[in-house]
Amino acid sequence: MSNPSNLKYTASHEWVRTEADGTVSVGITQHAQELLGDMVFVENPAVGRKLKAGEECAVVESVKAAADVYAPVAGVVAAVNSDLDSAPEHINSDPYGAWMFKLKPDNAADVNGLMDATAYQAHVDSEAH
Amino acid sequence: MLKQTPLNAAHRAMGAKMVDFGGWDMPVNYGSQIEEHHRVRNDCGMFDVSHMRVVDMKGAGVRSFLCYLLANNVDKLALPGKALYSSMLLDNGGVIDDLIVYFMKEDWFRIVVNAGTADKDIAWMKRQAAKHAPQLTVADHPELAMIAVQGPNARAKVWQVLPQTRAATEGLQNFQAADCGEYFVARTGYTGEDGFEIMLPAEKAEGLWNALHQAGVHSIGLGARDTLRLEAGMNLYGQDMDETVNPLESGLGWTVDLKSERDFIGKAALLANPPKRKLAGLVLLDRGVLRGHQQVHTAHGIGEITSGSFSPTLEKSIALARLPKEVQIGDTVQVAIRDKMLAAKVVKYPFARNGKAVCSL
Repeated sequence: MSNPSNLKYTASHEWVRTEADGTVSVGITQHAQELLGDMVFVENPAVGRKLKAGEECAVVESVKAAADVYAPVAGVVAAVNSDLDSAPEHINSDPYGAWMFKLKPDNAADVNGLMDATAYQAHVDSEAH
Repeated sequence: MLKQTPLNAAHRAMGAKMVDFGGWDMPVNYGSQIEEHHRVRNDCGMFDVSHMRVVDMKGAGVRSFLCYLLANNVDKLALPGKALYSSMLLDNGGVIDDLIVYFMKEDWFRIVVNAGTADKDIAWMKRQAAKHAPQLTVADHPELAMIAVQGPNARAKVWQVLPQTRAATEGLQNFQAADCGEYFVARTGYTGEDGFEIMLPAEKAEGLWNALHQAGVHSIGLGARDTLRLEAGMNLYGQDMDETVNPLESGLGWTVDLKSERDFIGKAALLANPPKRKLAGLVLLDRGVLRGHQQVHTAHGIGEITSGSFSPTLEKSIALARLPKEVQIGDTVQVAIRDKMLAAKVVKYPFARNGKAVCSL
């Protein structure tokens, strides 16, 4: 599965999609879910929590391990995907559909500073060596 | 450079995700760990366990030497082929390793030890034999491969692929083995399911692996092996026990024979140091996942999780934990997970065996 070109990416393997209402949806990438394996638990931040860019704010746990998820940009948590509470495996089956939380960014332009799909793929390849 | 089993190329050809497992390049899964887990509970699957080491002890008096070397009592083995699970202890009672010992003949016992501890185990066995039974030979067989086929349909699949072993293995009881020439077939395992563990020459391993695959047996990685053994309440060396903890505090009391008159290495230390802690099962009541080394807060003091994961059979998180001995089955305890304290219930384990959950909440 290739990384969609309409998304932005972080070095810590989150994907970011700017929505029509100005919020950004955040999930973890295909590469991240593949490294972690079968997901069994997702802990999202509280709606309304104010996050700094790069702040630890969520946890995904697979059968194998727990991994932190970081805020890609500064903002306020606007919504969380509670479907993942009962079906965390959606992150495995549809990583780019299974958004975890939405942020209202402090500054919408911050998203432009993240990696595009090509840069992210190069980052993944470099970590593999 | 990681060590490879004779099945390394076969794993890669089947799309395995390979990991460094104690210096061995081993498959952690071939896709979904949870699917592999269910397959073993409901049908069958095969595991490459060639990294484990086979040790043969031969000579007159091997039985009495093993009675001294091992904490469990080898004199329980009367029927040829019968096997016993035991720990092997240091003088101070710490666990060097856990192993399975097979009684083949009065002058031949076969032992299977863990991969990560094999070299120190064999050095210890040789040192003790030199001191107490110099007439014995202690020979390890790194050239043997081992394939475990586990699950309710495992034995039938093995007989389909190795019909020549059927006559000798059909009558095997649980924990009994038959030496079928090139194939040494034992009705043992590490999953809580029926099945066989087959030791065979390395050059035959890929042929058997592929034949089993053709017969519809799926390959299973170390990831599912760990959740299967945890559900079955089986200890993992290095996590649930090691040289710093005595077996009575590691849930291994049932494998330590303190009743008989015989002396064994570590016995005096066990008698002098009654256990203060015990291994118990935990089931998480709140949402989350129990993991090794998390602290467990009880009414009688603090304990620690030794192995924890998500149980695909129970669809809950489960763990083995070393807790103060006063803690009782049914108690509710608190587990520190990141910045939270989550409630867990102390339960009797195993959690699941023979395809079903066996632990009641």
